[in-house]
Amino acid sequence: MGLITAHNIYKDYQVGEVSLRALNDLNFEIEPASFLSFVGPSGSGKTTLLNLIGCLDTPTDGTLTVSGTDVVSLDRKQRAAFRGRHMGFIFQDFNLIPVLTVYENIEYPLIMVQNVPPEERGRRVLSLLESVEMTEQKDKYPDQISGGQKQRVAVARALVTEPELVLADEPTANLDSKTAYMIIELMKEMQRKSGTTFIFSTHDQKIVGAAEIIYTLEDGMIVDRKDTGGNAHV
Amino acid sequence: MYNLLKIALRNLLRYRRRTLLTASLIMIGVVFVLVFMAVTGSVKSLLIGQITDSMLGHLQVHKKGYVASIDNLPLTITLTPKAMQKIDKTIKEIPEIEAYSTRIKFGGLFSNFVETTNIRLNGVVPEMELKTVPLLPTRIIKGEKTLKKGDILIPELLAKGMKVTVGDTVVVIATNKDGSVNGRQFKVSGILESVTGPGGRDGYIHIEDAMEVLRMDQMEISEIVLRLKDFGTLQNVYESLMGTLSQEKNEAGKPIFEVHTWEKLSPFYNIAQMIDIMTLFIKIMLIAMVLVSIMNVMIMAVYERMREIGTISAIGTMPGKILSMFVLEGLSLGIFGALIGDAIGCIIIYILNISHITFNFGRQTGLLLAPHIGVADILMVSATVIVVSVAASLQPAFKASRMEPIEALRHV
Repeated sequence: MGLITAHNIYKDYQVGEVSLRALNDLNFEIEPASFLSFVGPSGSGKTTLLNLIGCLDTPTDGTLTVSGTDVVSLDRKQRAAFRGRHMGFIFQDFNLIPVLTVYENIEYPLIMVQNVPPEERGRRVLSLLESVEMTEQKDKYPDQISGGQKQRVAVARALVTEPELVLADEPTANLDSKTAYMIIELMKEMQRKSGTTFIFSTHDQKIVGAAEIIYTLEDGMIVDRKDTGGNAHV
Repeated sequence: MYNLLKIALRNLLRYRRRTLLTASLIMIGVVFVLVFMAVTGSVKSLLIGQITDSMLGHLQVHKKGYVASIDNLPLTITLTPKAMQKIDKTIKEIPEIEAYSTRIKFGGLFSNFVETTNIRLNGVVPEMELKTVPLLPTRIIKGEKTLKKGDILIPELLAKGMKVTVGDTVVVIATNKDGSVNGRQFKVSGILESVTGPGGRDGYIHIEDAMEVLRMDQMEISEIVLRLKDFGTLQNVYESLMGTLSQEKNEAGKPIFEVHTWEKLSPFYNIAQMIDIMTLFIKIMLIAMVLVSIMNVMIMAVYERMREIGTISAIGTMPGKILSMFVLEGLSLGIFGALIGDAIGCIIIYILNISHITFNFGRQTGLLLAPHIGVADILMVSATVIVVSVAASLQPAFKASRMEPIEALRHV
């Protein structure tokens, strides 16, 4: 059984009196330890799909199983707890907490979400700081580092809880090309090291090739699935 | 909790100017309440002291029914020597009572041999009276500060109206309880200034002279005035006295004695109550001030940090922790404002004390203002501010904790 299984997923949004279908009968299965991308133009449903997989939203219809749990049936609190246990998030705008240092931002989920003992916290945070090459900046605040560095910190924060799944919605959209490639390479490297499943969405064709599996979305439907092995040039 | 508090404090420091303004508002409110309470408390206790220490005493014991007829100064509702023995025994068993004085009170005619007017007289044992109402000598504006047999202390009102001065001989005429009239000559030994409340037409003579004028075979006391060592024990002593004396019944099974605190005997008590009501309104204003300012700041904080709330919620922070984070911000703001307010309030009260500010009350001039605030009052005001701060944070904090992460993350 896959890490994520989706059957007949629909997502409708009500805009005034008009109902808009964002996702239309999606069916897919994602294996553990994948490095996978959803691509497609704006409005194709990439973000909506990532929000459903990330338990930030619920489908209008269909079944969605993540890590063996039927996430559609979870209530608000259960979804929050599930996200904290099984998932990491990387956002387009980095979304670091401005009042916390780089170190504290990475440490945050271990304290506030998983209640990990201090020694173990220190070990994990320092190890990740080293992996993302941010050890020297650990005492700086988010407004004292560059966009690329912020996204490195966000990658470390997403991985610190040792999740089964990391979701990244347009993680390179606010970065220049060079930094974007570096971030994708970093994510790929971290995926290799940790065996965590990485799913990212993008409309940047240059970085899509880094994904082992590429799903193409159009008008809320999966129109293509490519298994590239992740060897495309980045 | 430490980490939640750390984040809360850093968020407060993040908007330094806003935090400072809100804390200043709370601080000003706390300072205002503390100084107001200290000053009005000082004025109130000074005025109560003037009234109780000049004339009224802290408590009074009468025969049942006397106070209801007090304007007539009845000679038929008095305490016999046997009743006095019981009261004396009870008083001695209460260590909080510092002194007491027995009075024979009666109304009479006052004559300077040319004109006649009415007077209210108190027959007292001077030594007992001075111990019980120690400010009495300060009211003697002319003449001797003591009272001997054959002397009379007359109120200034009468002295002026009847053109009588110290050393003059006057006559007091009174009707005793049997209806027979008697008179006696007195030498004016002193002139008393009046005190606010009863006493404007009150004069003093020796208790034995009063017995002679009223042709009493045995001492029949109109009232017993009590002074306490500590005014704060008033209610306890009252209850203790009542507990014992109310058990004394007459043949009809009715209580023999009645006990009253100064509050029941002086109209000034209403003024004291008005001061308390004003203090209450000031406290309500403080609560409103804290409530509105903290709520405003926290609503702003939630609105401005919507994406942050979405982020921490998305990565799995439970709603309870998000709620705590915002409540702790409000709590910290309240504690900060209260502590600074307490400190500045105490400094202002100290400055008022060393400034030796005086004020006048009635004809009393130069009363020294000595503002004082108790630790219990400071704690009560601070606790109120802190509780209101938490209450004001609850609604915005609850809103933040209930926010759907997806909606919060979309916020621009």
